[in-house]
Amino acid sequence: MGGKRGIVLVGAIVGALAVALVAFGNPVNMGICIVCFIRDTAGALGLHRAGVVQYIRPEIIGIALGAWIASMAGGDFRVRGGSAPFTRFILGFFVVIGALMFLGCPLRMVLRLAGGDLTAVFGLLGFTAGILVGVAFLNKGFTLQRTYNLPKTEGFMFPAMQVALLVLLVAAPAFIFFSAEGPGSLHAPLLVSLVAGLIVGGAAQRSRLCMVGGIRDLVLFKDSHLISGFLAILVVAFVGNLITGNFKLGFSGQPVAHTDWLWNFLGMLLAGLGSVLLGGCPLRQIVLGAEGNIDSVITFLGMLVGAAFAHNFGLASSGAGATAHGKMATIIGLVVVAAIGFVNMERSGVSVKGDVTVGS
Amino acid sequence: MALKTVDARGRSCPEPVVLTRNALGQSTEGVQVLVDNSVSRDNVRRFAESRGYSVQVKEEGEDFLLVITR
Repeated sequence: MGGKRGIVLVGAIVGALAVALVAFGNPVNMGICIVCFIRDTAGALGLHRAGVVQYIRPEIIGIALGAWIASMAGGDFRVRGGSAPFTRFILGFFVVIGALMFLGCPLRMVLRLAGGDLTAVFGLLGFTAGILVGVAFLNKGFTLQRTYNLPKTEGFMFPAMQVALLVLLVAAPAFIFFSAEGPGSLHAPLLVSLVAGLIVGGAAQRSRLCMVGGIRDLVLFKDSHLISGFLAILVVAFVGNLITGNFKLGFSGQPVAHTDWLWNFLGMLLAGLGSVLLGGCPLRQIVLGAEGNIDSVITFLGMLVGAAFAHNFGLASSGAGATAHGKMATIIGLVVVAAIGFVNMERSGVSVKGDVTVGS
Repeated sequence: MALKTVDARGRSCPEPVVLTRNALGQSTEGVQVLVDNSVSRDNVRRFAESRGYSVQVKEEGEDFLLVITR
């Protein structure tokens, strides 16, 4: 899907589906939230025991499978990995810690803005600041080195895992937890969520939609391609919220949000920086994983474990605000992620094939 | 004179474009960039064309060689 029209169309589809999912039962301003939904899935599997956020979210399954189908159909399915997988696991872990401090992945941040949630403005400022720091690392030669080809069967494991999650969701055995109250209990019908996810995943794969890539490319290359998708989501979700009566302008009383501006800022600073170093936002990681990028699959697992930690140790915020443990974890995350940035700067600069080497 | 070749295979987004930009900054004639996926190919091409370079793409097995010249 070349050209700007394609990505704007995809952004519009994602924005409209997010609004529709809320109308069908998802929590307000949470039509789609990659981090929240990974967190809910972690809870459903019993990886954490926060009773209000447990549900195997079909949107995640749908996004992964939709992206996988689209990549197979479009010839983009290529199995590769080996670009600092464990470093990526840790980055994924802390992106989730930061996002759950704010209460939302970059996509939900946009949806919160579109719902009139002004506390998300501090998230956006932090997110932008995190991207600026990440861009500085990239300009200084930050790299997690290259990937290598892996056996094709390796690439089928991630979509297979999503199918297994779908089986668990449908079969609903007693050992899977489903929230009886709270955000985890609010969800659209399974089939609606799954189909919406399939569409989002397919469209995101074709267009390479990425929340962090938008601001990053604008700053780094003055390239407005990806940010046009970001803006399309914002505009369409805003209009959709006005139509469905879910637009409520203000700071206080926003759904699944808190008003602690400093920690909204710092949480998304961590999420933004971590995402730049990973090369894409949480949504993009799932899409890449489905395309056969095993490093992104490892990142997904890092996010899953991060979500479990966030609720096992009271790191995630709630409507009441940030927690002391969460603040500590966010600071630790910023230190660790910045350290990862520093130690992976390639001093020699440009990597060149053959005998010729070029310094930077 | 042969153009310098940047090997950006396997690099994650947006490193191929950063490497291309840095290499173009050091060369007056242009540069060749080797990438191994269509996303990087399109991103590098879009970047180079936006800076007024002309880009020729050659398929080399699974890889793409982009010849970027003034």
